[in-house]
Amino acid sequence: MVNIPSTMKISLRALKANKMRSSLTMLGIIIGVGAVITMLAVGTGARQEIAEQISSVGSNLLMILPGATTAGGVRMGAGTQSTLSMADAEAIKKECLAVSYVAPSHGGVAQVVYGNQNWSTGITGTTPDILYVREWYLSAGRPFTEQDVKSATKVCLLGQTVVDNLFGDINPVGKIIRIKNVPFTVLGTLESKGQSPTGQDQDDTIYIPVTTSQKKLFGTPFHGMVRIIMVKAKSTEDLNTAEKQITELLRQRHHIGQKQENDFTVRNLTQMMKVEEQSTKVMTLLLGIIASVSLLVGGIGIMNIMLVSVTERTREIGIRMAVGAKTWDIRLQFIIEALTLSLSGGFIGIVIGISSSEILSTVAGWTTIISLFSVILAFCFSALVGIFFGFYPAYKASLLNPVEALRYE
Amino acid sequence: MALIEASAVTKVYQLGDIVVNALCTISLSIEKGEFIAIMGPSGSGKSTFMNILGCLDKPTKGRYLLEGIDVSNLNRDELANIRNKKIGFVFQGFNLLQRTSALENVELPMLYNGVSAEERRQKAAAALRAVGLEGRQNHYSTQLSGGEQQRVAIARALVNGAPIILADEPTGNLDTKTSTEIMRLLKKLNTESNITVILVTHETDIAAYSRRVIKFLDGCIVSDEHIS
Ligand SMILES: Nc1ncnc2c1ncn2[C@@H]1O[C@H](COP(=O)(O)OP(=O)(O)O)[C@@H](O)[C@H]1O
Ligand SMILES: [Mg+2]
Repeated sequence: MVNIPSTMKISLRALKANKMRSSLTMLGIIIGVGAVITMLAVGTGARQEIAEQISSVGSNLLMILPGATTAGGVRMGAGTQSTLSMADAEAIKKECLAVSYVAPSHGGVAQVVYGNQNWSTGITGTTPDILYVREWYLSAGRPFTEQDVKSATKVCLLGQTVVDNLFGDINPVGKIIRIKNVPFTVLGTLESKGQSPTGQDQDDTIYIPVTTSQKKLFGTPFHGMVRIIMVKAKSTEDLNTAEKQITELLRQRHHIGQKQENDFTVRNLTQMMKVEEQSTKVMTLLLGIIASVSLLVGGIGIMNIMLVSVTERTREIGIRMAVGAKTWDIRLQFIIEALTLSLSGGFIGIVIGISSSEILSTVAGWTTIISLFSVILAFCFSALVGIFFGFYPAYKASLLNPVEALRYE
Repeated sequence: MALIEASAVTKVYQLGDIVVNALCTISLSIEKGEFIAIMGPSGSGKSTFMNILGCLDKPTKGRYLLEGIDVSNLNRDELANIRNKKIGFVFQGFNLLQRTSALENVELPMLYNGVSAEERRQKAAAALRAVGLEGRQNHYSTQLSGGEQQRVAIARALVNGAPIILADEPTGNLDTKTSTEIMRLLKKLNTESNITVILVTHETDIAAYSRRVIKFLDGCIVSDEHIS
């Protein structure tokens, strides 16, 4: 039976006898663990940021824009020639089976007035589907309906920024505002969504029925013209199918010949972000690996010092063996010594890792997330390093020949 | 049954092509309570024999019974256990732990046999008292004279109640006066506590404390005399 408390006392005393050496050895682990924690915090933060962007834009989203895409992905003549119409949107909804919601949009920037307050903002004419496509809920009131779209009713939904600027503390639902001097009834208000991935204020917007926008506010070069059609696929797996179905349908509707280029572009927003998310994942992994290598180097430092320590203390080991220390008494003594180095290094490393993550987020403005998991992982990892790199020196010590160890100078 | 029964024990060291016959067919029996001096020139195999008696080393050939147990067949940990319970070592160079107090040095053998911390402290203090060092419990080995260090080592050898003390040139590093003190102490332990003492020495006046003198030459016993 190994006497653990006494063995621990012996190990701690040996470490205290060489304070400078012990702290320098610990430094390797401190830097390693600190780096692992910081890198994981930065990586997790970056991924979280992208995940938030995806969910703020809406998932499983396709965007149909007028104009062709060149091989390099640059859209030519964007917005100059309008090729999309309400009829296209209706056809997509009816015929593309992989699609669940379709929201065409048409609009512009206009002055909005309530009482003596006025505010200039983007007006988007669209269909009720927009709320499902963007996964955007109302904070008050009710949405407009298909009936409102059919009869081009003068009703609107206000984004939170517009509410703040026009109404302040007043409840806007049911009030009349003037857009380009045309009176609109406020049906409801949209929940706050914050900034878009590109840094725009998504709440600075007003939704109105698409037909109202076309007929009463901004006009169209041809009947039913829309600027963009946003589409939500039934599921992530359906995204590619939906893209194919839409392309096929629109080529047919726009009478585009076999060799001709599309006069529209389908953009898979979700996929673009997924790609970005994937590359962040790879980056996190790389950072983690680099940090782990420094932890490994710290572990090798421990092993190195432990080997020196075993050699220096050969005679001590001989004395212990002579008075009855068994194999595991000797082994544990050195393993506990290595473990103490690595665990206290790990503990300080965790503190330093957490503080440097905090500094990165306050000074550099990076999103950093310290998960309990990464802290536990780093701690277990440093314990493992201690046991792994402490074992060989301990094993070596336990195999010493007592007679030779006692004679060692 | 004899306390120690060695029959045809040999020890051969192989250094590359060179074969060193450190011990050649030693047969010996030692009874409980004996006080034995082993003498002989340097390199005659005295330490080799002591290491085998103390279960620090195994014979190349032959049988060694300690209290009737055949030690030659035991593994490392079983040998460690025997050293812990049956054998107390006293070395020429004292072999105390550095940066460790006298009391803790004496506690050392009890770390390896499950004695509680409180009992360890008490037994170690009692052993230090028995060797006349009650005031020096908290002194480090560097703060003790050679004779005092050797007393600490003897206390450490006693503390587990071992029936045998093996002392390889215990007075080799001490002056005549201190040597006499150490020998008196060993003699007292032998007569009062019936502890078997086996010591190696070059000096005849040290050997004079014993009741049996065994002389080694080139790995063989050349004489084995009882003194009355
Ligand atoms: N580990 C060893 N390897 C090889 N030869 C050894 C070893 N230990 C002792 N010897 C040899 O065995 C012989 C006896 O040594 P030892 O028992 O130490 O003599 P003593 O203690 O009587 O001076 C010597 O010739 C010595 O060189
Ligand atoms: Mg010798």
